[in-house]
Amino acid sequence: MRTTDQTLEEILTLAAAHFKVPRAELSPDDDFFKKLGINSLQALELLTRLEHHFGVELPDYELQGVSDFRTLAERIQARL
Amino acid sequence: MSDLSQYSSLGAALRDALERWASETCLIEADRERENARLTYRQFQEAALPLARAIQDRGFAPGDRAAIIMTNQSKWLISAYAIFYCGGVLVPLDYKLTAAEHLQLLAHSKARWLMVEHYLWRAITAAPNFKDLKTEAVLVTEAPAGTDLQGALRWEETKGDGELNFVPRARNDWAAIVYSSGTAGRPKGCVLTHENYLEQCQALISLFPFWPGVRYLSILPTNHAIDFMVGFIGPFVCGAAVVHLRTLRPEFVRDAFPRYKITYMSLVPMVLKNLEKGLRDRFAALPPARRFVLNGLIALNGFLTRHRPRLELSRFLLADVHKAFGGELRALFIGGAFTEAATLQFFYDLGIPVANGYGLTEAGTAVTLNDFSPFRPDTVGKPLPGVQIKIVAPDPDGVGEVAVRSKTVMSQYLDDPELTAETIVNGWLMTGDLGRLDASGHLQLFGRKKNMIVTEGGKNIYPEDIETVLEGLPVKEFCVFASHYLWPQLGRGASREERLIAVVHPDAERAESKKTEALRQELAARNRSLPDYKRLSGFVIWKEDFPRTASLKIKRAVLAEQIREQLERPTGVVEL
Repeated sequence: MRTTDQTLEEILTLAAAHFKVPRAELSPDDDFFKKLGINSLQALELLTRLEHHFGVELPDYELQGVSDFRTLAERIQARL
Repeated sequence: MSDLSQYSSLGAALRDALERWASETCLIEADRERENARLTYRQFQEAALPLARAIQDRGFAPGDRAAIIMTNQSKWLISAYAIFYCGGVLVPLDYKLTAAEHLQLLAHSKARWLMVEHYLWRAITAAPNFKDLKTEAVLVTEAPAGTDLQGALRWEETKGDGELNFVPRARNDWAAIVYSSGTAGRPKGCVLTHENYLEQCQALISLFPFWPGVRYLSILPTNHAIDFMVGFIGPFVCGAAVVHLRTLRPEFVRDAFPRYKITYMSLVPMVLKNLEKGLRDRFAALPPARRFVLNGLIALNGFLTRHRPRLELSRFLLADVHKAFGGELRALFIGGAFTEAATLQFFYDLGIPVANGYGLTEAGTAVTLNDFSPFRPDTVGKPLPGVQIKIVAPDPDGVGEVAVRSKTVMSQYLDDPELTAETIVNGWLMTGDLGRLDASGHLQLFGRKKNMIVTEGGKNIYPEDIETVLEGLPVKEFCVFASHYLWPQLGRGASREERLIAVVHPDAERAESKKTEALRQELAARNRSLPDYKRLSGFVIWKEDFPRTASLKIKRAVLAEQIREQLERPTGVVEL
């Protein structure tokens, strides 16, 4: 079983790879919309990628009101 | 085509439709590749009437207001029909708002009933002001077994039996209170009558008809005026089917076209651009020879359809493209924000017309729509049947404020006679948008007169609503503007800019150099508490006192003028 910190680290690595930014530029409390310059549809694409990686189904609403990696990690952790 | 002039209410029109089209499919609900539900009109009625009976048993009276907060799904429409059947007034709320905003609008609308999806109810019950909720009954959908619903009932178990009373309504009775925007500031609850909706529906289906077998893909929130009209009332009165997706992931939306043979869909510019990018990427990945042939066919199709769409011809010439969309797609509807003409032309040349239009909740939904005869991507089309448009105080170029008169214009803003009087003047709805009618009667838009933006996702944002998150900022005073309100030239032209800019007047004593960076950091932190579409893009430091009225309200127009005089171009904006 992963810890939340491990989940968070994996999300940051996947987001960096998906949106082609250096991993070092992303921090847990970053607003991913601003930092990655993405819109809500692109955020949903990231959610799909995370689903495949973690092997869980994440309803769209898990992203509602979430804009930083740490909160996203907590939401995903609750479903692992 | 259905003749809606015979009906006095949405409930009556829907009731007849359920009988008339009993064996046709009316709803398909899918979650990814799984199909959750497929209902005929008869089954829809069998689901809705026990709900109507149950709420009548619990004291639901004609004229009672009932709110729905759900994502797009079959229970949304079933609940709405039950409310109309009982003579209720629907309050459709945007599921993407925060729980605090939901509570505020529930209070403002005086909704006595609430029908809500479980995950949203969970958030509402956890909100600090939950105790202020005044609704008398709450029905929660899809709640897991054993969950404490904090006094709410399970929607699925709320069923009554026995005799039912259909409650007739008059055309001028209220059908719905729809919030066009304004949550933290001054909620704008548009009161729409049954006549508003019936007239709007009649006009829309005269241009874009529905019939049994037509399938409408519903991805815009159903509380949104467009989806409510073309994703519920329009298809239902004509016996067509509505397809709901429980996810908006682009890959599942794309799959839904061929899977369900979609005929129509409404979307916002952001989704349209996403579709365009997906198609362009696919075209670019083709081997050079095939790409050459495809480009030739697209050019040929564009030429042959320059006067009007020729659906069968386009489907023949560009068979692979149309196959990817299921082969039945007739048109896409787009509303909300500004759409680039090049994007509209891209789809038109593929034989997929995008019916762009112009509308606002205050006017029922759409005011103009492109009718494709011929296609004019540089405009938002011509007024719908029954809609009059005039341009108020036009400048030498003919550009002025767009005013609308139509049976679809709302009756009032809920509990706000002052705002109603400012907005509906001598029977004309003053839109606050700037436009020009050309010689052929097409409307061209040139930005906004009002201090408001519409996001690419189609959301109206009033800067005043953002100001509450700036409370406590360590500055003397602040306010928020739409960028085009400060610098109108930004609101015109092809690359019009719609951003939110804060104007802050700092305290005098802090050191100049530290001040700007500290403010930037503080505003960036505040920004994070806002949904992405409501965020500030930058700020302007302003060193003079804001002009204020006797009651100390900021004179926004005067302040904007002062800023414009000193900062002719938006070079003084510090980006966030």
